[in-house]
Amino acid sequence: MSTESLTAPVAAPQKPARPAVPHRKEPCAGHAALRLEDITLSFGGVVAVSNIDMSVEPGEIRAIIGPNGAGKSSLINVISGVYRPDRGRVWIGGRSYAQVPTQKLARLGVARTFQNLALFRGLSVFDNIVTARVFARRANFIEQMIGLGRARRERLDARERAERIMSFLDLTGIRHTVVGTLPYGLQKRVELARALVASPQILLLDEPMAGMTLPDKRDMSRFVRAARDEFGMTVILIEHDIGVVMGLSDRVTVLEHGRKIADGTPAEVKADQAVIDAYLGVVHEGDEEELAASSGSGRRVSSNGGLR
Amino acid sequence: MSGTSYLFDAILTPLLALSLAALGLNLLTGYAGQLSLGTAAFMAVGAFAAYNFNLRVEGLPFVISIGLAGLSAAVVGIFFGLPSLRLKGFYLAVSTLAAQFFVQWALTKFDWFSNHNPSGVIDAPPLVLFGITFGGAVGRYLFALTVVTAVTLLTLRLLNTQTGHNFIAVRDHELAARVIGVPVLRTKLLAFAISSFIVGVAGVLWAFAYLRTVEPHGFNLDRSFQILFIVIIGGLASIRGAFFGAALIVVFPLVLSRVGSFLLGSYFDSGVLDMSQRIVLGVLIIAFLILEPRGLASLFDRLVRFGKR
Repeated sequence: MSTESLTAPVAAPQKPARPAVPHRKEPCAGHAALRLEDITLSFGGVVAVSNIDMSVEPGEIRAIIGPNGAGKSSLINVISGVYRPDRGRVWIGGRSYAQVPTQKLARLGVARTFQNLALFRGLSVFDNIVTARVFARRANFIEQMIGLGRARRERLDARERAERIMSFLDLTGIRHTVVGTLPYGLQKRVELARALVASPQILLLDEPMAGMTLPDKRDMSRFVRAARDEFGMTVILIEHDIGVVMGLSDRVTVLEHGRKIADGTPAEVKADQAVIDAYLGVVHEGDEEELAASSGSGRRVSSNGGLR
Repeated sequence: MSGTSYLFDAILTPLLALSLAALGLNLLTGYAGQLSLGTAAFMAVGAFAAYNFNLRVEGLPFVISIGLAGLSAAVVGIFFGLPSLRLKGFYLAVSTLAAQFFVQWALTKFDWFSNHNPSGVIDAPPLVLFGITFGGAVGRYLFALTVVTAVTLLTLRLLNTQTGHNFIAVRDHELAARVIGVPVLRTKLLAFAISSFIVGVAGVLWAFAYLRTVEPHGFNLDRSFQILFIVIIGGLASIRGAFFGAALIVVFPLVLSRVGSFLLGSYFDSGVLDMSQRIVLGVLIIAFLILEPRGLASLFDRLVRFGKR
């Protein structure tokens, strides 16, 4: 854990105490929701991510794209503190970390989903979601068993929030189902609900639509956009489906071999020669048709002077 | 010995004690996902702690002794649960073996624990709960039943709280649990503590209500495995499973001995019985692991559903 995060007041979104780190640069002037500063990460000599700078504005939907092994998931894991970068710092809400404390992530206002399903398979849909209010609980296990006072207040608050998120994501009908038995697309949605119930300011989605059917993808896109529009969340997502990415995101960051090769609006990124060469040019088997379709339509639209 | 007292003394009371021990282990292994092979050690801690509190503190109500015995087992459980912060699965299981061997060694080595009794076997005092003395086979059974019912209800309650969900979260996906803010290390140690508390109370019942003696040798590795088998056969992460599994483990040898001597007569002596018990039990465990990994509890659920149709 960084020394700054220890000395700075807990949960206050103000600037960290300057004298402690005189050489540190000011956080991005525009009060970025999240900023990565020169992040480098390697695993035993293999560089996963190198010299990444990235700044995400509050309320933005940011996509991170790139071929397999480009370092996208590594970046999400750095932001959520699962990995400690070799170099660089992560700024969340005006404070910087050498390694983000994963255990306090929810209290910092960051929630995430995982590339492969990471649900609690033995719990019901409702219990999976309600459990994610754990960061707001203060009562100990004996108070919880007695169930009065603050334990009761916390329990009722958690249940009410879980109910709201379930109706927001159309999960109310399957509340008692054990998640391990649900179809894949629904499990992904439960995982989104588990992230949303924490009311995060920053939502990290690692391939939220991977392996989904087209209707499921449409639903998920709609939910992600609604999460931003209704709760004002900043969303950072990794996605392979270029069609989805271009339609959903405000800005796109493109990675290749752990380096950032482009950063801009979907239209700018699509027109970027480096991106076309490096990523859009190298077509994946599965993405072939969609890529051709989306880049084709992209050119057509931009020649008409507009964006979708 | 009359039929009734045999039923209570030899079947129902040990059944309750073993069920409670299995319930405690199930909380740790089935719900929180931490494998332990030291269950009998925590039973021993409970039994000897209750004996010593009862012996050395004048006028201490027995119900307090039971609580203190549970707490003692919880402290020892936390200590031997510390490796769980770094180790998982088989490695953790092996490190909990240390608890098994250490506790048994300590209880044999330092005869202070058994009040310098040369045989190392000590008589348990009568059972008194809230001024009522539970004597006789039925009385001891009722005493065990009261304790087991209370602990089971409290456990069911615990599993429905955030803490209970934290156990399952840590078991099912430790990283996801950490990301949403579950205090993973504290949750694991709490699981060891509560589990050991329950197992310690089960140890008190085993020694005071069933055997009526307190001796270290009854709490050996075989006992730990027996309780693990109860959990596996009964069903992981199932409260009912602990009782089903214990019932099978307790009743099965009796049935086997009757059936064996009926079919084979005098050829079926105690040696053959012991051997065939082990063989059949081994086969049973393998069968359950392959055919019904979720144990008797799941089998029971299916039978109920089948019956309703």
